[in-house]
Amino acid sequence: MNLRPAIRLASAAFGLATLLSAALPAGAADSVDPAADAKAFQNYFTTKFPKLKPADFVNGPYSLNEDMHRQWVEKEEFPPYEFSLEMGKEMFAKPFRNGKSYADCFDNGGIGVRQNYPYFDEREGKVITLELALNRCREANGEAPLSYVKDEMAALTAYMAFTSRGKPFDIKVPNDPRALAAFENGKEYFYTRRGQLNFSCASCHVQNPGERIRAETLAPALGILNAMPIYRSAWGGMGTISRRFTSCNSQIRGVPLEPQSDEYRDLEYYLSYVSNGLPISGPGARP
Amino acid sequence: MKMISRRIPILALAAAFVLLATTSTSLLAAASEADFNAAYAEAEAANKQAGAQRDQWTTTAATLANAKKAAESGNFDSAVAEAREAEALAKASVFQATHEKDAWKAAVIR
Repeated sequence: MNLRPAIRLASAAFGLATLLSAALPAGAADSVDPAADAKAFQNYFTTKFPKLKPADFVNGPYSLNEDMHRQWVEKEEFPPYEFSLEMGKEMFAKPFRNGKSYADCFDNGGIGVRQNYPYFDEREGKVITLELALNRCREANGEAPLSYVKDEMAALTAYMAFTSRGKPFDIKVPNDPRALAAFENGKEYFYTRRGQLNFSCASCHVQNPGERIRAETLAPALGILNAMPIYRSAWGGMGTISRRFTSCNSQIRGVPLEPQSDEYRDLEYYLSYVSNGLPISGPGARP
Repeated sequence: MKMISRRIPILALAAAFVLLATTSTSLLAAASEADFNAAYAEAEAANKQAGAQRDQWTTTAATLANAKKAAESGNFDSAVAEAREAEALAKASVFQATHEKDAWKAAVIR
């Protein structure tokens, strides 16, 4: 009896299983179903807040309270992010020293594409966020990267979000074990308690949206990234997604990771995907 | 016999004195730089482990900084106390990260 083909087949199967178990978090290989996760996620929030339409969630706490909603409507007449938006528009149009511009790095010249970020780059095997893509564009054209947490990055993303307003988030998770692992890692980060206060992202934004933490009304996680970047009165300025993630970690007394670390990129991927179908509303303003 | 019975209280008194002297010395002894270095190294090692688990706490970092500051000013008692506090915080963060490795799944919306 020739056992060689059977041994080869068994070895190949073992190799494939090892590869998959290395790529996916423990226990995830048989359970990663982004579509089911997004459905359950959206269902949770629409059940918790039955008076809200799905699109209302992109306005965060302003949709949860009538008085705050009135404040927001008035605020939108002279929005505090307007200066940042103008700055972003100018930055976006200004050519780099080599004559090229941001428009050369993005589909459709970078106009109306915010809803497609982040995406999974199958060549690189990683998640690419809009902030990361902007800095890669700069570096590819001989410019220094911008800080991920400061005003210039906020201004650029504000402009790109503005040109995409109303377009529904359209994040794709391809059937690639690395993309599924990135999605699952983002989910794990979102639900994992950390910091001395022992909070997860979900502690505030899933378990307690609409409740107050000190003077702030907590926003629901559904649609939370659709409004980014945001002008926060508490910050007295604009903030990027990177700033939001790092400052959340600091607030719970955790040492923030590097902006655009794999964990934050995966977190953004997960949070954006589960808000698929909800319109981009950025740049936003928050208390 | 009389000699022995007289010696017992003297021996007991001497033993008590020696015991008291050694105990009070160890209780009152000021911590040394070496004590600080050892305590700080242990705290740093625990915090490094928390870093490998991507779950360091800002309070650990602040307490480590306090320990170093106290040592630089020559206050090794305070420096050792701060380093031990930092080690306890770091170990708590390691416990948290280890526990959360599976516990997070219970919170997922289904």
